Amino acid sequence: MKRLDGKLGALCALPLGLLLAASFLAPLVVIAGFSIMPQRVFDLAHIPDFSAYAVFFRQGYYKSLLWSLGMAFMATTILFILCWPLAYGMAKVFGRFTLFLTIAVAVTLFVSENIRLFGWVVTLMKGGLFDGYLKELTGLRLEGALYNVPITVFGLVYVYFPFMLFPLTQGIAMVPDDARQAAADLGASRWRILWEIDLPLAAPGIMVGSLLCFVLAAGALAESKLLGGQSVIVIASEVETAFSYGQNWPLGSALAMSLILVIGALAITTIARIDLDAIMGRKR
Amino acid sequence: MSGDPILRLENIVKSFGGLTVLRDISLDIADGESLTIVGPSGSGKTTLIRLLVGMDEPTSGAIWLRDRRIERVPANKRPTCMVFQSLALFPHRSVGQNIEFPLKIRGVAAAERKKRALQLMELLRLREDYYGKSVVQISGGERQRVALARALAFDPEILFFDEPLSALDYRLRKTLEKELKDLHARTGKTFVYITHSLEEAMVMSDRIAIMRAGRFEQIAVADEIYARPRSRFVAEFMGEVNLFDITATVEGRLEGEGIEINLPAGSSPATAVLAPGEKVTLMVRPEFVHFLENGHVSDFHLRGTVRAEYLLGSRMHYEVERRDGSFVTVEKLREDRFKGKPGDEVVLGWDVEHCHIIAEGRP
Repeated sequence: MKRLDGKLGALCALPLGLLLAASFLAPLVVIAGFSIMPQRVFDLAHIPDFSAYAVFFRQGYYKSLLWSLGMAFMATTILFILCWPLAYGMAKVFGRFTLFLTIAVAVTLFVSENIRLFGWVVTLMKGGLFDGYLKELTGLRLEGALYNVPITVFGLVYVYFPFMLFPLTQGIAMVPDDARQAAADLGASRWRILWEIDLPLAAPGIMVGSLLCFVLAAGALAESKLLGGQSVIVIASEVETAFSYGQNWPLGSALAMSLILVIGALAITTIARIDLDAIMGRKR
Repeated sequence: MSGDPILRLENIVKSFGGLTVLRDISLDIADGESLTIVGPSGSGKTTLIRLLVGMDEPTSGAIWLRDRRIERVPANKRPTCMVFQSLALFPHRSVGQNIEFPLKIRGVAAAERKKRALQLMELLRLREDYYGKSVVQISGGERQRVALARALAFDPEILFFDEPLSALDYRLRKTLEKELKDLHARTGKTFVYITHSLEEAMVMSDRIAIMRAGRFEQIAVADEIYARPRSRFVAEFMGEVNLFDITATVEGRLEGEGIEINLPAGSSPATAVLAPGEKVTLMVRPEFVHFLENGHVSDFHLRGTVRAEYLLGSRMHYEVERRDGSFVTVEKLREDRFKGKPGDEVVLGWDVEHCHIIAEGRP
């Protein structure tokens, strides 16, 4: 019976598996192939050539990768701290108000990310909405709000907010109330309960939310372009330039591969540690 | 049960919005006592225990722990501890870590913690190699023991139990009831136990407090509650019972609809306490009601038809229907069972010394 279940499961997973292989895995393999292609050859049948990876280190492209990862890390950390209290409220306190908040946050996803970011540009730019009011009311001017690293991180935090909030809410909802009450009854303070009970038991939600935000933010392009004004060049931007303007496909592929390797390693180690079934509410 | 109480409740009231769940609860709990609070669901016993452990605050009234007033002290600052109905073990921690939790909070060193945990595991008959096991892997009865060990590790002044055995199967529950009683004797701690099961209450405790609709209906030792309940509610709650409406006549006799009473006027100690004309309830437990054979006489007689016979292990229960359609329950030992069959007309009888009079109208 168990073997039959296994066979049926494999059979059911087959169509989606094929689709994923064709649309997700195949492009990755092609990119990996391109990355070890000699320059100006444009042919996948040749001796592997790792010069594009050498360029990645020699010409300082690794700095872009570090900026991307660094800003993604900062955005993820800020998001976690920002979302925890709200997620806690949504999971345990608010009751019906949670539904309202969920809809309110989810609705922002209906508007294109670029348009929302432009909204911030118009609000924060010199002579923009905020600056205008400030000048009118106090006579002060707002200098340099845009085009720097902090505003880029702000953009990342703003755009990826739902991707932290919802998994975190799920994670906190998994913490049994009686375990918290028992910990308090056994003498634990609020902070001890947070450390000993809440954080470990909500860990799956924390990891999923952090992974989502980190991966998305590390590959993000629009925030640094629109809000950051290219004050630092992120890796996604380098990839785009290499493929389009630079017409250097091996370099673009090598850059993409280095990002994929870092993120892939991170994602696999994280996902191996958590039980997705538990988050989805399925019994083991 | 001597000396000052360890815990004293004074006029506790608890309301949620417009709903009053506890109405004027007062109770003294003696040091080292084992007390069970028992009541049907909705009687307010869970609300009461939440106040006792500090998970909630009373609307008014005071709780004294020895000479310290604690009703506004939160749970984590009280020297008391509870075993939850769900046990509330920490699923991400091992057996050992669960037991050591209160010690860890207090900052006890790791080696010392482990020593104490192993001691408690031995006390509760948990195998030593369970120390590193996950609490998700062990059985229901073992989890129960871990929860108990964790509570004992806290070394509370009073240990509360919120129906911790209700999720277990019958045999395991019986075993653990006895173990808990034994543990109470060995630790000498004050146990306050909450349950809806009267059987559990009788096995477990020195005293029983019966709760109904946010009040204590009666607080006494089990035997007293069984034999001399103060109200019909308590009488019915304490197992099968036969209740009859009885009136005292002016001459000092008793009268009941359809009951033949062979007591001379003023002869019974029961009638002596009744005012003429007072309407009361006469209680007699099924084990004291007999099937009367020809020639035998009892103080009370009653006619009816046997309708059903139930075998309850060592005992038999008979349902006898009276003329007015109400039923009387008779209990017999199995070897002493009724010779007839359902449908037979019978005369039931019992004696005055096995009766108890419930006069609820009195203050």
